[in-house]
Amino acid sequence: MNQQLSSTRDFDSMRKSLNTLGSSVAAIILALVICGVLLLITGKNPLMAYGKILETGLTSEKFLEMLKRATPLIFSAIAVSIGFKMNLFNIGVEGQYLFAALIAAEMGTHVSLPAPLHVLSILIVAMVSGAAWASIAAILKITRGINEVISTIMLNYIALSFIQWIFETFFRDNSDGGLNVKTTEIAPSGRMPDLVNDRLNGMFIVALFVAFLYWVIVFRSRFGFQLRASGLNPIAARTAGIPANRMILFALLLSGAVAGLVAMPSVIGDVYAYGPSSTPTQFGFAGITVALLGRNHPFGIIVAAMLFGFLDSTSAVLQLSEIPSSIVKVIQAIIVLVVVIVNEASSRRFNRKIAEQAALTPKSLDVKP
Amino acid sequence: MTQSKNLRLFVLISVALAIISTVRLWTDQDALTSSDTIGTALRLTVPILLAGMAGLWAERCGVLNIGIEGMMIFGTWFGAWGAWQFGPWAGLLFAILGGMFGGLVHAVATVRFNIDQVISGVVINLFAYFGVRYLSELVYVGKKGGGISQSPPQKSALPKFNLPVLSGGEIAGWKSPDLLGWLESQRWFILGDLGGIARGLTHSISWATVIAIIVVPVSAWVLWRTRFGLRLRSSGESPVAAESLGIKVNRLRYYGLLISGGLAGLAGGTLSIVASSYYRQGQTAGRGFIGLATMIFGNWRPSGILTGAMLFGYAEGIKLVASDSITALFLLIASMSGAFLIYAIIRRKHSQVLVTLCAFLLSTVAYRTIDTVPESLTQSLPYVVTLIVLATATQRLRPPAMAGVPFRPGEPH
Amino acid sequence: MQSGSVKPKLNSATDGVRVVELTNISKSFPGVIANRDISLEIDRATIHAIVGENGAGKSTLMKILYGLHQPDSGTIAINGVITQFKSPSEAMSAGIGMVHQHFMLADNLTVLENIILGSEPTKYGVLSLGDARKRVKDLATSIGVEIDLDLPISDLGVGQRQRVEILKVLFRGAEILVLDEPTAVLVPQEVDELFTNLRKLVANGTTILFISHKLDEVLSISDQITVIRQGSTVATVSPKSVDRLKLAELMVGSDLPSHGERTTKVGEKIQLSARNLTVVAKARKNPVRNVSFDIFESEIIGVAGVDGNGQFELCEALLGLVDIQGTVEIAGKDASNLNVRERLDQGMAYIPFDRHREGLMLAASLWENGLLGHESTLSRGPMIDVKAAQKSCREIIERFGVMTPSELVPAFVLSGGNQQKLVVGRNLATTPKVLIAAHPTRGIDVGAQAAVWEEIRRSRDAGMSVLLVSADLEEVLGLSDRILVMFDGEISAELDPKSATPQILGKYMTGTQ
Repeated sequence: MNQQLSSTRDFDSMRKSLNTLGSSVAAIILALVICGVLLLITGKNPLMAYGKILETGLTSEKFLEMLKRATPLIFSAIAVSIGFKMNLFNIGVEGQYLFAALIAAEMGTHVSLPAPLHVLSILIVAMVSGAAWASIAAILKITRGINEVISTIMLNYIALSFIQWIFETFFRDNSDGGLNVKTTEIAPSGRMPDLVNDRLNGMFIVALFVAFLYWVIVFRSRFGFQLRASGLNPIAARTAGIPANRMILFALLLSGAVAGLVAMPSVIGDVYAYGPSSTPTQFGFAGITVALLGRNHPFGIIVAAMLFGFLDSTSAVLQLSEIPSSIVKVIQAIIVLVVVIVNEASSRRFNRKIAEQAALTPKSLDVKP
Repeated sequence: MTQSKNLRLFVLISVALAIISTVRLWTDQDALTSSDTIGTALRLTVPILLAGMAGLWAERCGVLNIGIEGMMIFGTWFGAWGAWQFGPWAGLLFAILGGMFGGLVHAVATVRFNIDQVISGVVINLFAYFGVRYLSELVYVGKKGGGISQSPPQKSALPKFNLPVLSGGEIAGWKSPDLLGWLESQRWFILGDLGGIARGLTHSISWATVIAIIVVPVSAWVLWRTRFGLRLRSSGESPVAAESLGIKVNRLRYYGLLISGGLAGLAGGTLSIVASSYYRQGQTAGRGFIGLATMIFGNWRPSGILTGAMLFGYAEGIKLVASDSITALFLLIASMSGAFLIYAIIRRKHSQVLVTLCAFLLSTVAYRTIDTVPESLTQSLPYVVTLIVLATATQRLRPPAMAGVPFRPGEPH
Repeated sequence: MQSGSVKPKLNSATDGVRVVELTNISKSFPGVIANRDISLEIDRATIHAIVGENGAGKSTLMKILYGLHQPDSGTIAINGVITQFKSPSEAMSAGIGMVHQHFMLADNLTVLENIILGSEPTKYGVLSLGDARKRVKDLATSIGVEIDLDLPISDLGVGQRQRVEILKVLFRGAEILVLDEPTAVLVPQEVDELFTNLRKLVANGTTILFISHKLDEVLSISDQITVIRQGSTVATVSPKSVDRLKLAELMVGSDLPSHGERTTKVGEKIQLSARNLTVVAKARKNPVRNVSFDIFESEIIGVAGVDGNGQFELCEALLGLVDIQGTVEIAGKDASNLNVRERLDQGMAYIPFDRHREGLMLAASLWENGLLGHESTLSRGPMIDVKAAQKSCREIIERFGVMTPSELVPAFVLSGGNQQKLVVGRNLATTPKVLIAAHPTRGIDVGAQAAVWEEIRRSRDAGMSVLLVSADLEEVLGLSDRILVMFDGEISAELDPKSATPQILGKYMTGTQ
């Protein structure tokens, strides 16, 4: 009897993974077809475009660039996923990470510590600042019941102007007669070393580590279970003694903390300062798409981030062959939309199927009197 | 009853005007009610207003529309393209169609495929942002004055309109007198302000602005006075009840989102055709989200959205026209909340006393201490105001009850 | 009798034709026979009550009449014409209107808008609000209802909302009105008002089907009463020929299945003690007031009551989900200030009223559902012990006979009975000291019901104390060592199940004694 149990079990979980994988691949192919049609309509040869993307993307040089570009996406997507796991929509990653970048970059110039500690202290400050900005949305939700979707959108814009104001008023590096549009550069002890000189920074390893931690915490720890339970059925979770408000607070703080790391590859791995034009933007929104594509699973997120990084890395070359480089971004948006739709449809079909099969399964276990 | 209501409104407006006028004369800031300020404010109000109405139509039929920003982006691009190719009126039409395309995508994703409404909206924003960039690369690059982030300038603009005799302008070679302008220039108490405001609202107004304003009463009428409107609202309030009475909820949601997308597109079109004469990347500058904020501020009602959009437009307008008059605004807010405070005390509305007292003290302190307000901070005003409104007025807000909740027809509930 | 004073005006033209005639209706769902060979004849312009216990099959029958279900066999005749309703809208156009127990109203729309929605009087698509208002006003006056048509529904009380539902149905021209437990949500004064309206309706020629299990009300309002028990019609009687005792007997049946005497003894130690427990509610009457009781070791206390008399809130209070006054002690230790988790750790367990709403994460696997509430015992340090959790779930599956391919399938694939067994198993597996079981067998088939009962008995024999909240009198009488009856937020009686009968219980449950 136990044997039967374990064999069906393996079968089920394998089938589920296959279903997920299959529908994702199918969705990506479908998205590429749609983009191909789009390219055709606009007078470009899709085969040539895709060929160019593959040709340039599959060089070792581009491989490193892909990983480099994937790094902030992994942070951002994991930040978004932590919220998703509890049915919280943290659209505010954008504001959280920019705020964290400024505070951490400025703080990094004011401490002098030995190298590893200096780096660590900057990372911690970034996480705390990100969490602090996210806590506003958490507090608004817990005390006033304000939907986090609206509040985080508003807080993004508030963050943008607030950051601009602090930067211009207090943190701007005026040593160069006001020409600098950056904070003061962080001393070498506070810089994250490169893995491959100027190609790939150590933050990539940090990203992988954070993804691993995410998996451990969300999928394996007690806290993570309570988090997911609160997302799956808040009332049942509450009835089972999981405090709803505390979970909201922790989830948003954790999400904000990871969000705080998004700009770190730039702040301590590349530019060594915060600057309105040098610190990358838009990663908060890109993170949402990567999280969706990766289905909130760390492994999926890493793969999705690499796929997007890969596409991004090819854009410069496309430009040279007279294909508008922004097509990669269009492809990305279409992939996400199609993947979300296909996943929704296929998981509903899959659920119906296993429900039917479960109803037909011979009673595998005896009923005790 | 309506008579006493009208009387109250009249008193309210008179008091407000008196306060404004006093503050203007006191601080010597004519820009507070100059026709320049009001005209600019009106121009800035229009896209926010339309974005807010787009949000209204979507949420009233039961679908959150985070994608307004993206639909506006479609509007700016297609509007500019149409205006560049076929002239401004065609441009507005293309703007509407571009926005409707966004609305259709949102409808297919959320209504047909039951995708999470927020997710769909976010993806549409990204899709629009990069999609039009791709189109620009295809169409505008290499054209004179165009580029990857900008369209070539349009050759003609929409006609403008002046109230003859009262607010100047020219009609068939005849130079009309500008009575309101004269009144404004006299700077009289209240009358000067009235002149400025009236001239601002009637001098050199684009027909697109007129259309945008008309959207408000028309929307209100359709939503509250027609069968279509009632059924559309019922789909947002209680789709289950609506379905039990034989109403096709999902079809109405399609219509609602198409209208929402069209209005957002028109909002974008006014940016690239009326407010300027070309498309520029980032032209929407988050106005779609300000529109959402306005919708919440306006309590999901057309009149409230108009009020909110005018407030935000005015704040932005005065900043543009006379940034040094910002401090006068603090005095204005202080006086207004002071008046409200007295009213609240007389009427013994304790909760309001507290709120207005806080506003009064804060703005008074601000007026006494702050000389210049950094530009960067004023940008966030609409968002801060919206969060404050949400945090303080939750009980009084009435969003459509089922907006954001996916609905699958024919399933047991 | 009151109903005698308002005699329906019979229309001579249709006199003699039954307005509704159900013949040999049968309907079964997987595992349950809901209706068996039910026949029913209803005269025009009368109030016809259908009474029966929870789960007797009343609602199914009415859903068949309203086109929500199709019967397996049997016929429906309206005004003498045999018809088949495939959907509610077909029933509606045949003049049948239903007022659901859960109102179908849009809170933010006005009364008028709710009433006209779906059949709005219009001119070129523009609402003829004046016309609509007049028609609704006339309708309201004709049945003696006064209501402000411009208020949003959210401003109305329950009684007024029900009035709106009735007007809504009448506005569509319904001549046969089905009211599903209309008084369940009303306070006595509102019930009186409703009855006045209903009598006027009947006087205007409307026929009313009135579903209830409140016998006094049925006796006072109806012209005919049909009693349904276990899916079949037991009798159709006139209220003049029966009293409530007789009716209660018909409804419950005189012979209950025996549950077998318990062989173990109730212990000496108090395991759960509530003192002057009051649940404080905002903006309405406190739903639980001054409730005190003790449960001894190895004792089952049944809490009988009609739904909505404070049982739900009592359970939430014991569990620590709501603000209370008074004290709760678990095994002699004060637990009043403990949170839910702390109370669970003290040995409390809870089988919730509604397994979908409060019990299960439908999209999660069975083992994760089994883990819910027991995270602390099935962990190693801060980590979940997945192996142990899955093993524990397999044990629940085997011990409680949950029919499932494995513990890895999501909970939604299980049938209701099996889901319930999982929830029961989850709470019994850890051998709690005190079990609060709310409707532990509601909505599950007979086999699963017997299994759940057996498990509760076995745990009781091992020393567990149980607070059994149920509206199923058979369950309460069969399992309990003592019975408390809850009525209107208070305990109205404490009874010995050996001497108590359903009739006596019924009296206390309806507050007539």
